[in-house]
Amino acid sequence: MNSNTLWLIGRRLGAAVLTLLIVSMVVFAITAVLPGDAAQQSLGQFATPEQVAALRLKMGLDQPGVLRYLHWLMNLLSGDMGQSVSNAMPVIDLMAGRVPNTLMLAAATALVSVPVALMLGIGSAMGRGGRIDGFLSFFTLTMVAVPEFLVATLAVLIFAVNLGWLSALSYASDITSPWQFIRTYALPVMTLCCVIVAQMSRMTRAAVIDQLDSPYVEMARLKGVSKTRIVLRHALPNAIGPIANAIALSLSYLLGGVVIVETIFNYPGIASLMVDAVTNRDMALVQACTMLFCTAYLTLVLIADLCAILSNPRLRNQ
Amino acid sequence: MNNIIVKSPTTTKSALGKISHGSSWLGLVGAAMCVMWLLVAIFGPWLAPHPVGEVVSDNIFDSLSAAYPLGTDYLGRDMLSRIMVGARFTVGLALVAAVLASTLGTSCALLSVVSPKWLDELISRLMDAFISIPSKMLALIMVSAFGSSVTLLICTAVLSYTPGAFRIARSMAVNIEALEYVQVARTRGERRLYIACVEILPNILNPVLTDLGLRFGFIVLLLSGMSFLGLGVQPPDADLGSLVRENIGGLNQGAPAIVIPALAIGTLTIGVNLFIDRLSSRRSRRSGGH
Repeated sequence: MNSNTLWLIGRRLGAAVLTLLIVSMVVFAITAVLPGDAAQQSLGQFATPEQVAALRLKMGLDQPGVLRYLHWLMNLLSGDMGQSVSNAMPVIDLMAGRVPNTLMLAAATALVSVPVALMLGIGSAMGRGGRIDGFLSFFTLTMVAVPEFLVATLAVLIFAVNLGWLSALSYASDITSPWQFIRTYALPVMTLCCVIVAQMSRMTRAAVIDQLDSPYVEMARLKGVSKTRIVLRHALPNAIGPIANAIALSLSYLLGGVVIVETIFNYPGIASLMVDAVTNRDMALVQACTMLFCTAYLTLVLIADLCAILSNPRLRNQ
Repeated sequence: MNNIIVKSPTTTKSALGKISHGSSWLGLVGAAMCVMWLLVAIFGPWLAPHPVGEVVSDNIFDSLSAAYPLGTDYLGRDMLSRIMVGARFTVGLALVAAVLASTLGTSCALLSVVSPKWLDELISRLMDAFISIPSKMLALIMVSAFGSSVTLLICTAVLSYTPGAFRIARSMAVNIEALEYVQVARTRGERRLYIACVEILPNILNPVLTDLGLRFGFIVLLLSGMSFLGLGVQPPDADLGSLVRENIGGLNQGAPAIVIPALAIGTLTIGVNLFIDRLSSRRSRRSGGH
């Protein structure tokens, strides 16, 4: 690690913070400034002008947009995310109850998908051009393309309706034994894994093949090193960076998938909270959830970039 | 910003031999699926055996039969007719949005390549900001702020997929712009518009069209996902995603009414991806591959 790397990393961190700031501006503009007068909307058409003016004053809508944005941002940073209108509760309390559930789901998915994807990716890179590789590449291409709810409905049909092994609905509260945990989480995790494993194994395969095409691997092959040893000892250590990059990037696809999966399985997580908030047009809750998701997304992309920077000697020593 | 990571995994990049044989007929299958759905979207509403909204059967969640080839839905309406009409929404909306997003992205890319540095920087930063909001999040906040409508859905899809189109078109246009013949045209005193449209655009058109196809697939997934959440196309209209949502009650019985629209979306997007994969692998081989 030299000063050059530190500078690169520092610049990347700065860019991430700046992007997050711009994202917060876009989110605030779309949700609070562009839609028009929130006071008028919440009171309806028949409100007297005095009522509207009073509510506008109470909600702080008489101030210009920039001031309101700064006020909102300061509150957000200090943890005060406002009041949820439809639940009559502070947003922070609502979210605090849901975040652990979503994290649990994400952790279980990551725990299952990363080893499977690595095995598939490395395996198909080793047998490149063969029948297994052809099948896997078709399979992953298909999985990337299908919507999550197709996977979810098919999984429910097969495992819950036809075979009766698992319950179709998830409840995260009544878990007492590991067996129950598996029964509850199996279907949502399986659905999420399908798409993510496909993404991750495609990128892993590309990363390993990139190494296998390099001259030093050819040298090792000419020396008569066995195929397994070439992949495990020679190619893989050099592919760790791109693979870590691929893992972080694929996990960011979780954010899109989790919205559908939590809804279809009635899972009490943060994404289903957000969908309800959108349906009820509960703006404070929508803003807070969006910022949480965007922050998580940017963090994962940041980690992916940092892995790429740290693992690439050419980027380190430009 | 994160230029390092945009290298997307194109599997067939360097895989020759057996794979290329396999992907050749897979590509054909993909193309056939695309054409089929396109035809359904164009002619479906006229060919539908029953009116979309009409309750034709007393049995809800009926299984496949001669009278109702794809069964009936949660009200006893004919699924075949509903899918034929729904496909027009799914394919039509996504096609309009994808064409708009690609056109807008490519135009901005050409503009930023031939314009002064500060404008290029401004456009690129703006696109970078929009690319860092996941498309589903953007769609959710747009719907929460403005309510769902067909126009809004198209705007949202264009807004989330223009930056990607811009990035790809810009990275290619920058390379073309550095070539001698463009420099010659510039020395000749051609105007910027001429350079962008006559010198650069024809040379990036092919990859841009491939990218348009990919974007179409993403937008189909985004819009049907939104409809599945009940935040997309609103009743009485229904696209394929709404059909899955409204028949979700039949899941416990394994009704075809929920499986078939979901499969319909799957075949459409898989078809597009197989076709595009085939096209791009053929091009990379022709141009020397890796």
